[in-house]
Amino acid sequence: MSERQIVIGADVGGTFTDLFFLNEVTGECATAKVPSVRANQSQGILSGIALGPAALADVSLLVHGTTVATNALLERKGARTGLITTAGFRDVIEMRRRDRPDTWGLWGMFDPVIPRDLRFEVNERVLADGTLHTPIDPGDVKAAAQKLLENGAASVCIFFINSYANQENERAAAAAVRSVWPNPHVTMASDILPEIREFERSSTASLNAYLQPPIGDYLELLETGLMEGGLDGNILIVQSNGGVMSVETARSYPVRTAYSGPAAGVIAGAHIGISAGYPNLITCDMGGTSFDVSLIANGESALAAQTSVDFGLVIRTPMIEITTIGAGGGSIAWVDRGGILQIGPESAGSDPGPVCYGLGNDRPTVTDANLVLGRINGEKPIGGALERLNMKAAKRALKNHVAAPLGMDVMTAAEAVIRVANSRMAGAIRLVSVERGHNPEAFVAMPFGGGGALHTGALIKEVGLSKALVPRYPGVTSALGCVIADMRFDRVHTINVLLDQLNLEDFTKEILVTISDGEARLRESHAIFEDQEHIIELDMLYVGQTHTVSVRLPVQAVDVETTLRSELILDTFEATYQDAYGRLLVGLPVRIMNLKIAVIGKRPKFDLSVLGPSSTASVDAAKTGEREIWVDGAWCTATVYQRLELPKNAIVPGPAILEQPDTTIFIDPDLEGNVDRFGNLVISRKTQ
Amino acid sequence: MAAVDGMKAIDPVLLAVLKGRLEQIADEMDATLFRSAFNPIIAEAHDASHGLYHADTGETLIQGKSGLPVFVGAMSFAVKAVIDKAKAENLTLKPGDVFIFNDPYDGGTHLSDFKLVRPFFRRGQIYCYLASVGHWHDVGGNVPGNYNPVATECYQEGMLIPPVRLYQEGVIQDDIVAILKSNSRLPGSLYGDLNGQISALELGASRLDALLNDYGDDEILAVMAELKASAAALMQSYISDLPEGSYSAEDWLDNDGITDKALKIALEMSLKQGRMTLDFSGTSPACDGPVNISRATCIAACYVALKHIFRDVPANAGVLEPIDFIIPEDSLLSVGRPKPVGGYTETILRIIDVMFVVMSKIAPDQTNGCAYGTINALSLAGHRKNGARWVMFSFFGGGHGGHPNGDGLNHGNAPISTATIPPLEILEAAYPVRFTQWALRPDSGGPGKFRGGCGAIYEIEMLEEETDAFLFGERGKVAPAGVVGGKNGALNIFTYPNGGGEAHPPMVSKMVGIHLTEGQRIRLETPGGGGYGDVNERDPASVAEDVRLGYVSPTAARNDYFCVVDTHGILDSAATQSLRKHS
Repeated sequence: MSERQIVIGADVGGTFTDLFFLNEVTGECATAKVPSVRANQSQGILSGIALGPAALADVSLLVHGTTVATNALLERKGARTGLITTAGFRDVIEMRRRDRPDTWGLWGMFDPVIPRDLRFEVNERVLADGTLHTPIDPGDVKAAAQKLLENGAASVCIFFINSYANQENERAAAAAVRSVWPNPHVTMASDILPEIREFERSSTASLNAYLQPPIGDYLELLETGLMEGGLDGNILIVQSNGGVMSVETARSYPVRTAYSGPAAGVIAGAHIGISAGYPNLITCDMGGTSFDVSLIANGESALAAQTSVDFGLVIRTPMIEITTIGAGGGSIAWVDRGGILQIGPESAGSDPGPVCYGLGNDRPTVTDANLVLGRINGEKPIGGALERLNMKAAKRALKNHVAAPLGMDVMTAAEAVIRVANSRMAGAIRLVSVERGHNPEAFVAMPFGGGGALHTGALIKEVGLSKALVPRYPGVTSALGCVIADMRFDRVHTINVLLDQLNLEDFTKEILVTISDGEARLRESHAIFEDQEHIIELDMLYVGQTHTVSVRLPVQAVDVETTLRSELILDTFEATYQDAYGRLLVGLPVRIMNLKIAVIGKRPKFDLSVLGPSSTASVDAAKTGEREIWVDGAWCTATVYQRLELPKNAIVPGPAILEQPDTTIFIDPDLEGNVDRFGNLVISRKTQ
Repeated sequence: MAAVDGMKAIDPVLLAVLKGRLEQIADEMDATLFRSAFNPIIAEAHDASHGLYHADTGETLIQGKSGLPVFVGAMSFAVKAVIDKAKAENLTLKPGDVFIFNDPYDGGTHLSDFKLVRPFFRRGQIYCYLASVGHWHDVGGNVPGNYNPVATECYQEGMLIPPVRLYQEGVIQDDIVAILKSNSRLPGSLYGDLNGQISALELGASRLDALLNDYGDDEILAVMAELKASAAALMQSYISDLPEGSYSAEDWLDNDGITDKALKIALEMSLKQGRMTLDFSGTSPACDGPVNISRATCIAACYVALKHIFRDVPANAGVLEPIDFIIPEDSLLSVGRPKPVGGYTETILRIIDVMFVVMSKIAPDQTNGCAYGTINALSLAGHRKNGARWVMFSFFGGGHGGHPNGDGLNHGNAPISTATIPPLEILEAAYPVRFTQWALRPDSGGPGKFRGGCGAIYEIEMLEEETDAFLFGERGKVAPAGVVGGKNGALNIFTYPNGGGEAHPPMVSKMVGIHLTEGQRIRLETPGGGGYGDVNERDPASVAEDVRLGYVSPTAARNDYFCVVDTHGILDSAATQSLRKHS
């Protein structure tokens, strides 16, 4: 076994497949970037591995972040899926929570992933308190399943009202379906999410069923492809919660991979930040169409309870909280009828892409403005797919669509586009920091993705962040995150009980059983763990409220039987509530809505300093020349560097442009960059 | 698209940047209240709003994006009420003062909506006002939750508080809090919501201070003036694009809950030289029951309709600048004390409907069929076996109208709100009821080239020995209108058990004190949206698809769409062709 020393992180995005190779014995690292193969993502991974330092036979573990699920949902390319549900309720997934896509305008539309004629009802009913009102007739369920099969369904979801309170009918129905269903694509809603709220549960479960066949096929291709290539090691998949899971688990719970890639990026951000001495950071991922931010406080990411992939496509499962706005490099700049300059939400994406790509778009984008201002090198575009960028076309587009309507010249217009784009990005950062009660001065911005590092300087100034930290390889951050992500299992169960009526014995038992289930799954994965951790939390509220607070119990699995008491739960709730709202509501009874347990297997981290600059690097060698750039209404001369050639402790005063294969960094005239021992570039205000 | 000629005094870049910053302040005030509110109508349904208002006129300067749309128009009247009161009584406003009131005749909407208005000072002068409005759970009156369909005076609807100072120079007036609390069935909820609104105003003030310190007081004032000018210019340019002339439409309310007589809402829209006149002459006079509204509410409703039609115009007072109103003082759209206004939601939905219909005659490609047009406020109340009192209060959904881009949304929320409804599992866990149906209602969407969205069927079984039901709805007699040749959606139907059979309310869609026993069920079938365009232009394949999916029955396919489709959704093309030829 000693020859298998390599761990690979593989992040497959819409445009590129990024790989990160780590030799766990020697600590050596390498990266690779190849175009993604959309039809079969594993091909991209294989061709990337071929460029790397190791043969597949040397690989002990491959950890994969994927966008297959997100794409399948956005493009509605999941399987033909059926639903078997309680009589009277087949429209729950279509009726949603009675909402609409936009505040203004009534032209919204919604197309559920399971069409109405594939939603069959059976007689059954569980009451809110768990009472079995009408038991299931397995014959009815089998007949419904047969009808679905006749109608071409490849996957099925079983969802009953109040199944969070009693799974008996759903279990019996699932068994009946499985007895006739020809494949493993059977989803039981209370298994996916045993939590109160029928729309959120049925939506999450339906999307899971819709994703099972395509994700199952994809994982099959991936495994086969990698094994045929000689892989004998393990494969793990990154989940939206930032933890990894086995391929088997991913097959059963594909809905948990919806934000796999972005979550891996945030995990990497946390590790890079902590290593560099910045445990408080805001990751900023700027892609072609969107700008994603996520806040890490004291080294920990916030988890969101749910998200909507698209209007009405709600996924409720713990996931790393990522806030997205439609401002990316491909976002289109335009002047509205009221004369106000707008950026996005329309985007030229990567195809046709910005005007300067010359692929047919003639409306200016953020990238076009960066090119015109001299901040991007038109002769050497990143990614390597294009020979050069068309400056003339970019200028023409800016003139026609921005400069002329606003009565300004082209350079001023280009700078205006960047300023408005920056202000929108700053708004997103404020949303996750200032608006959540965090002091921005305590945080650093960490840009990754292709375009973020062009805007970071402006962002730190506009929001009042202390610094920006550009990782050494911003373009492969998500792949790096795959290598270091922990394994994690989350379970949320609605118990909906008054604290003073809690049966402590049963409650303790449920906690212990859930934890030991999670531990068993850690063992089955055959991954290496340094340590294990459990998080036991309760969603609690005063009777009469609807919003809960998340209360983390100060107990561990080993001592839960002896230490968990109602008084401890109440004290912890009150401390949490006081912290959140500044006061308690004395005399009101307290309710426990959900029990939330996370079981985490800590995977070994590696020392990021192995990524650092070589000892022979020097600032002079890194300098490649100068370029005229437009800043604050005038041309000035920026020094251009090869970023990866800069030595540690190098100081780079602005204005400067730092180039590297996967990104371009711009340092404003009033800022300077410092290279730390990990090779990160720390940008801050000039000291003089 | 050429930009409208506006003032160019301000750097357009600064304008775009600061517009975002200012809106974020109002959004953050919304979010603060939603998180900390105690009652689900604010916390879950977001029946609240926040903004910045002009120091002299009270006009809306900046409004949050997530608050209730109808408040956007109404809040400027609330701020104006405070400004007028200070002037009339010669009050000197001080930093730290906060006014509170719910007088609907001054501030719009109904008694449930409590407005907090705070003068915001800079350099010793009032720079602007910050205001917060939220729908409280219970403000007294005859019916828990305050939707009293038989009220004939506002005093039967709840307490009525005129603008008074809740804070004087930063000191809370506990006497006023005591008065408020003692007038509610749910004083704890009231106190929680009040605190949430105070926090939102505090947060808004500190954020605005920081922004002014960064950019300068005069610059921000100029930006806000420019934003208004830009909205006005944009609105005017849209109006100028429309053909000049006068166009009219009318719609009806079922009744006022007291006398079963339909009430007319009449609108004539005149367009001339870039201005729009909205003339409501011909509307029924003020009525005895609670479907009257104040003038402020009427204007707010028009604002909402205009924003739905011209959605990219920024949300500020500029929207209304090119608009003139004629609202007869004796009509039900301009009442004063003590006429009841509790059911204002129904009347303003009707105003929005006539706006859509009138626009369909002017610019068919800019409008849509009417939405379901009633909020269906349903209260179920009783006592549990242990004697504890329970009240379940909820609104319900219906279909949106067909529109030039496609069929209307199934089961949407009302155009005046962005509220969601609680999950039935939450309702079943909290109250002794069991839903037996929660489904889309077939054949409820108005036929048309683009079909109206489907309404819903909700059926609820009572689990306690005794329950009383109260309903406040509309659209029981006159259905949501289709436009541009589209047909109407289905009517609202409420059914309850009576003497072994089924019955409907004598007032069609409004009723108090329906007595129910264990195991009995009530059923609400809500309207779909109106259709858009001629049914003969609907692709027969789409009709067949609708039948296959069960949105439309084979019978309706034949009668309404002139398409011959079997129960499996298979189209008979030849028969359809011949039927359509002769239709």
